[in-house]
Amino acid sequence: MNASTGSTMTLDQPAPDAPALARLAAEAEVAGPPPDEDIPLYAPSRKIYPQSTHGTFRRIKWAVLVVTLGIYYLLPFVRWDRGPNAPSQAVLIDFPARRFYFFFIEIWPQEIYYLTGLLILAAIGLFLMNAIAGRVWCGYLCPQTVWTDLFFAVERLVEGDRREHMQRDARKWTVETWARKGVKHFLWLMIAWWTGGAWVLYFADAPTLVKELATGEAPLVAYAWIGILTFTTYTLAGHMREQVCLYMCPWPRIQAALTDEYALNVTYRYDRGEPRCSVKKAEQLRARGEPAGDCVDCLQCVHVCPTGVDIREGASLGCIQCGLCIDACDNVMKKLGRNTRLIAYDTDINVKRRMEGQQPFFKLVRMRTMLYAAVIAIAGGVMIFTLATRGSEGISIIHDRNPMYVRLSDGALRNGYAIRIVNKQLRHRDFIVSVEGVPSSLIDFVGLPPRTDGRQLVDVGPDQTKEVRVVVTDYSATPPAPSTTILFKLIDVDTGEVAEMRDHFFGP
Amino acid sequence: MAQEQKQIDELTGTATTGHEWDGLHELNTPLPRWWLWLFYATIVWAVGYWVVYPAWPLISNSTQGAFGWHSRAAIVTDLDALRASRGPMVAKLAVASLPDIVNNPELLDFARAQGRVAFADNCAPCHGAGGGGAKGYPNLNDDDWLWGGKLTDIEKTIRFGARSGNDKGHQGNMPPFAGVLKPNEIPAVADFVRSLSGLPTEAGADLALGKTVFAANCVVCHGPEGKGNQELGSANLTDKIWLYGSDKATIMDGVERGHGGVMPTWEGRLSEPTIKALTVYVWSFGGGVK
Repeated sequence: MNASTGSTMTLDQPAPDAPALARLAAEAEVAGPPPDEDIPLYAPSRKIYPQSTHGTFRRIKWAVLVVTLGIYYLLPFVRWDRGPNAPSQAVLIDFPARRFYFFFIEIWPQEIYYLTGLLILAAIGLFLMNAIAGRVWCGYLCPQTVWTDLFFAVERLVEGDRREHMQRDARKWTVETWARKGVKHFLWLMIAWWTGGAWVLYFADAPTLVKELATGEAPLVAYAWIGILTFTTYTLAGHMREQVCLYMCPWPRIQAALTDEYALNVTYRYDRGEPRCSVKKAEQLRARGEPAGDCVDCLQCVHVCPTGVDIREGASLGCIQCGLCIDACDNVMKKLGRNTRLIAYDTDINVKRRMEGQQPFFKLVRMRTMLYAAVIAIAGGVMIFTLATRGSEGISIIHDRNPMYVRLSDGALRNGYAIRIVNKQLRHRDFIVSVEGVPSSLIDFVGLPPRTDGRQLVDVGPDQTKEVRVVVTDYSATPPAPSTTILFKLIDVDTGEVAEMRDHFFGP
Repeated sequence: MAQEQKQIDELTGTATTGHEWDGLHELNTPLPRWWLWLFYATIVWAVGYWVVYPAWPLISNSTQGAFGWHSRAAIVTDLDALRASRGPMVAKLAVASLPDIVNNPELLDFARAQGRVAFADNCAPCHGAGGGGAKGYPNLNDDDWLWGGKLTDIEKTIRFGARSGNDKGHQGNMPPFAGVLKPNEIPAVADFVRSLSGLPTEAGADLALGKTVFAANCVVCHGPEGKGNQELGSANLTDKIWLYGSDKATIMDGVERGHGGVMPTWEGRLSEPTIKALTVYVWSFGGGVK
């Protein structure tokens, strides 16, 4: 390496938020150079003991936790009457029958593009959240966050809050320590087990499957999935925790590349907080007319952080922006009689502006938020429109590949087709299939006996498809074209609903 | 190395690896230790594979795995399961008569599905993937049947074949007339045969001679009007369908050298339900006689 470029990045050039960088650089110097020994290839993970807190964001998180987990655990038991020919479970992924039921919506496998639409909405929704207020998904909605939060609550219930837990872990472990840890892991496993149990209920009739699971009659695959999800939930929420966010999850990396300087983030307002000093020192400094910050360096914001981040160092990969440090700091500020929101949803731009004596400003309406909202509106609108206007019957046609056409003994031309008729309604339906576009044609259904009135009707069962073989014969004397476009019409005998499909009639 | 380890990133206080790209330096942040454990776990998992599944090659075979799993045996199991799941329908097919199969939508669907596969395996090499036929191999989609197009006729032809060596099969053939007919009679009768189905004849064709020759030699099998005879497998010469071609040279060639294409016998080679399924499948191409 060239010695002249060997020095690492320095602060020679002023950055937009130079004060922050300067402060961080100063801290790094205070911390001193790292030990001159070999750097280990692998680092043990640091155990985090997040302290409980209370406040606005804690309440939001509890509410989100109760609502999301409530939906997850209980939704399979919600009933939805669809009549005798369909399951009565509101949300059901029926793999054997290849159907997905969501309340009044039923999706067939060939309508998988609705899933594509949902994924588009999910991705752009994530981007929109990020453009407005950073890692909202990470902090409040991500399953990893929600289950980890629940596991933290159990841990605090059994092993005590941060201080008690840390002290007990540091002491020689007694029977009580072991007992508490045993209870904690048991409760964790129970939650994980029920998480896996709820998962499989989305794939079969929930009350029946619960009964089968209890009596040991459920299919092996159900037990296997419960086992897998019990393991992953217990491991990820109980043991991996912030490691998932730091090392496994791609979103923090993508998020860092997607975000911009106007997105609200959980921000330590160092314009107000610095220089940090104790209450007493602040009084002395202020008495002397010197600047004193509001931050008393109590470390409450660090202690409550579920990922062990110090928010005062700025936004980082580890910060999931759950807002718990805001609650913790607010509680301290209230006790000291100072203004709350020393940590708040804010931007670095505003911090800088306040330091320069300018008014902060918020810019939620930006090109990207408008674009994301527009994409969501368009994709969502298209999905709603297609869902609302999709037909309950369908026809698809495959023309015979070999032979393309058949010459009959009297010289007439015949083409063969495999026609698949789709009945998406939950009742038996009779259909007439007719063809238009062949000059003098006769349509014949192979192996379909005529009804008493002489009509050849295709009977398709509820929520099913049926394939029929159809031959179309052209008896006209006119010389046939190599290819004629023809139109197949599918008509529901009772309702008159029509579905159409174009195909071709081939000749020599 | 020692020299590079001393390079410290001033902003984070972390050592760098010494790697540098366009002024960017790579921080030497250690991996979490569980990552290493995961790596070890994958090794243990791999060892598990060696134990459970056939793995290490030996001189004549390989280690067999603790539970005797074998891909060949797994396929056999799958096929048995498939047969078992089809069993009830195959049993119904075996006892149902051909008209019953055609009139029962459920059985018809099943027979056509089974027939499609059997046709592709056994019949498609000559008759084409969709039964479209080729020169000398009948198109099974049209309504012209040498040996009859009713369900029972089709079944008989599949079961015993034509000129197949099976005594129960169809036997007749088109004999060669070279040497029997005079050289001027062959083109004359070819022109006459073309005229039977309304095809244009060459200028100066001796249709009168052709008619005489036809009456003397051909009507025995093809009938006085040339409409053929399905008992004998003789072709209907008045329709638009020509197994070998309708041009004069081809007809003359057929008259001179005869025809005797072979349809093999399938009885004993295919199971009874398969023959039924094939019969229904061929019939349902659209040309089958009701």
